[in-house]
Amino acid sequence: MTPLVEMSDIHLAFGGIKAVDGASLDLHEGEVVGLLGHNGAGKSTLIKVLSGAYRADSGDIRVRGEPAHIHSPRDARRYGIETIYQTLALADNLDAAANIFLGRELLTAWGTLDDAAMEAATRQVMGRLNPHFRRFKEPVRALSGGQRQSVAIARAIHFDARILIMDEPTAALGPAETRQVGELVKQLKAQGIGIFLISHDIHDVFDLADRISVMKNGRLVGTARVADITKDEALGMIILGKCPPGAIPGPGAMN
Amino acid sequence: MRGLGQGSGAALRALEVDPRLVGMLGALLAIWLGFDLLSGGAFLTPRNLWNLSVQTASIAVMACGMVLVIVTRNIDLSVGAILGVTGMVIGVLQARLLPELLGLEHPATWLIAVLAAVLVGGAIGLLQGALIAWLAIPSFIVTLGGLLVWRGAAWWVTQGQTVAPMDGRFRMLGGGIEGAIGATASWILGGLACAAILAALLASRRRRLRFGFPVRPLWAEATVAILAVGAVLGTVAVANAYPLPAGIARRVIEEAGGTWVPGTFIPHGLAVPVLVAIGVGIVITVLALRTRFGRAVFAIGGNPEAAELSGINTRRTIMLVFGLMGALCGVAACIATARLNAATNAAGSLDELYVIAAAVIGGTSLAGGAGTIAGAMLGALVMQSLQSGMVLLGVDAPMQNIVVGLVLVLAVWLDTVYRGRMR
Ligand SMILES: Nc1ncnc2c1ncn2[C@@H]1O[C@H](COP(=O)(O)OP(=O)(O)OP(=O)(O)O)[C@@H](O)[C@H]1O
Ligand SMILES: [Mg+2]
Repeated sequence: MTPLVEMSDIHLAFGGIKAVDGASLDLHEGEVVGLLGHNGAGKSTLIKVLSGAYRADSGDIRVRGEPAHIHSPRDARRYGIETIYQTLALADNLDAAANIFLGRELLTAWGTLDDAAMEAATRQVMGRLNPHFRRFKEPVRALSGGQRQSVAIARAIHFDARILIMDEPTAALGPAETRQVGELVKQLKAQGIGIFLISHDIHDVFDLADRISVMKNGRLVGTARVADITKDEALGMIILGKCPPGAIPGPGAMN
Repeated sequence: MRGLGQGSGAALRALEVDPRLVGMLGALLAIWLGFDLLSGGAFLTPRNLWNLSVQTASIAVMACGMVLVIVTRNIDLSVGAILGVTGMVIGVLQARLLPELLGLEHPATWLIAVLAAVLVGGAIGLLQGALIAWLAIPSFIVTLGGLLVWRGAAWWVTQGQTVAPMDGRFRMLGGGIEGAIGATASWILGGLACAAILAALLASRRRRLRFGFPVRPLWAEATVAILAVGAVLGTVAVANAYPLPAGIARRVIEEAGGTWVPGTFIPHGLAVPVLVAIGVGIVITVLALRTRFGRAVFAIGGNPEAAELSGINTRRTIMLVFGLMGALCGVAACIATARLNAATNAAGSLDELYVIAAAVIGGTSLAGGAGTIAGAMLGALVMQSLQSGMVLLGVDAPMQNIVVGLVLVLAVWLDTVYRGRMR
């Protein structure tokens, strides 16, 4: 079966820093791939290449086997790629609905913004994520960290994503909301959506992911099915770059 | 005291009106009453208020554009100079070129002049916007350079000569006796405006009810409606209480074939430049709040990176904002040139400061992402009220500058305090 997404041999340097150095990833329909690594390992940079925020220096991306030309976030959205950024990427001065629909607002027959329709949709999608959320009229600046994160998640799941990138989606969430996001990941997976999940919580990743890929210093240490390795082995990959027998080593594996 | 404050706060929330706007209206009222007391009742006269409205028009028009510029975290220091150069261009156009081509006082002259002003101003704005958006030169620098370039260009159009007179129809844009629409038309326009306000309130309430969202309580809805309609009708009443001077009134009546009875009262009615400014204000408000473009403008101001990641073409948006600013400078140039009945290369000098001050006094945050058109227009009115009031009291020009400068700083400080409390 052709993978939903294939990123091969991606390179990206900021000035002299090789943030991503020959990394490759793939993702299938209905699959969750956890992306792990230290702070500064290059995880966010790598997925930002897929989401159109950065352009890779070299390497190529295929979506459903076809070469994909992703030069901007708009291009990525056209391939059904939605992203929850680590920084959330919310406009603090706008309310939840305006943020969720930013760049693809609903319009009335007159071509003006249909705020009522957007608010209605927002109430619905937020109800799935954070049923207690009531502050629809306030700029997201006034929301708590967890509420803001819910808004960012709502934006990514509202638009029929086929490929979802979640960069530490639960970093600011309480245990109940985190569990809710876990449930959400399972639901989306059951709908056939492919998900890249970046997280520092190895337990969460082992609960939710089918496979993990580990990065270190911009290079891929290896990729493994969670069934084939233990959490300790995964930690060894993250900390030491040591690839266990159950994993397929990448160019960053220590030998 | 605390209870009262909270009570009025709750009332304001129910009304869903911007408390900052209410504060500005209060400040304006205080300024007006203060000057009226100090001048022995000379300030709050139909004549003075009518003149005040006309004098505010050109700054108010430009302030609308400046709000959008500042909301995107930029600034435009070149607006006065753009006004100057477009004023010169349309001055030459209608005083020298068009009379040769079409004949003197051709009915199309005014329209060609206005279109030319908007196009020239818009093109200058787009050019500056392109430098800011695509070459990433800070807007402060581009428009500071623009200030010098366009002011120089204004001189260069005629080697510094003043051009006069302007086309007769064009002069209506400047207000004055030819530039007021009369009593009947003013009432009709006022009535239409009231109907539109009521229809808009009703439509928005229906919409919210249809989606099952909370709506304002009926008393609050009625209060908003009454205040809005009252403001419109009050404005019309004031404009209609200001009579044409006897000589002009006599000419008007005799031209209409009537006989002049001394003491006949012919009202001015609303001034054309004021209507232009209000029209611009409404259009830009709709643009800012009800269109994708406006949403993009505010998103860029709130978080440029997020706007970009949301697929907004931020560079194009910023370039268009500056283009719009330039086009509005063109409109303001028409008003200023028509009012003076001449194009001078110094027209619009220092206007950039008044326009920025109007926007900032009106609650536009220099940090970007926040600002309202109505606030900026009120800000322009506050600035002009201060100036006119001081002229009325015989305060000399240097002192006027000192007061306006202090008020600007004070207003921004109050706004900062207010925002700090809102956090
Ligand atoms: N915009 C940028 N400009 C310059 N360097 C950058 C930029 N973004 C990231 N880097 C560098 O690239 C490297 C990888 O950063 P990245 O954000 O991808 O790490 P990460 O794996 O997501 O880390 P974390 O777990 O902390 O989120 C780091 O060394 C970082 O300093
Ligand atoms: Mg990261």
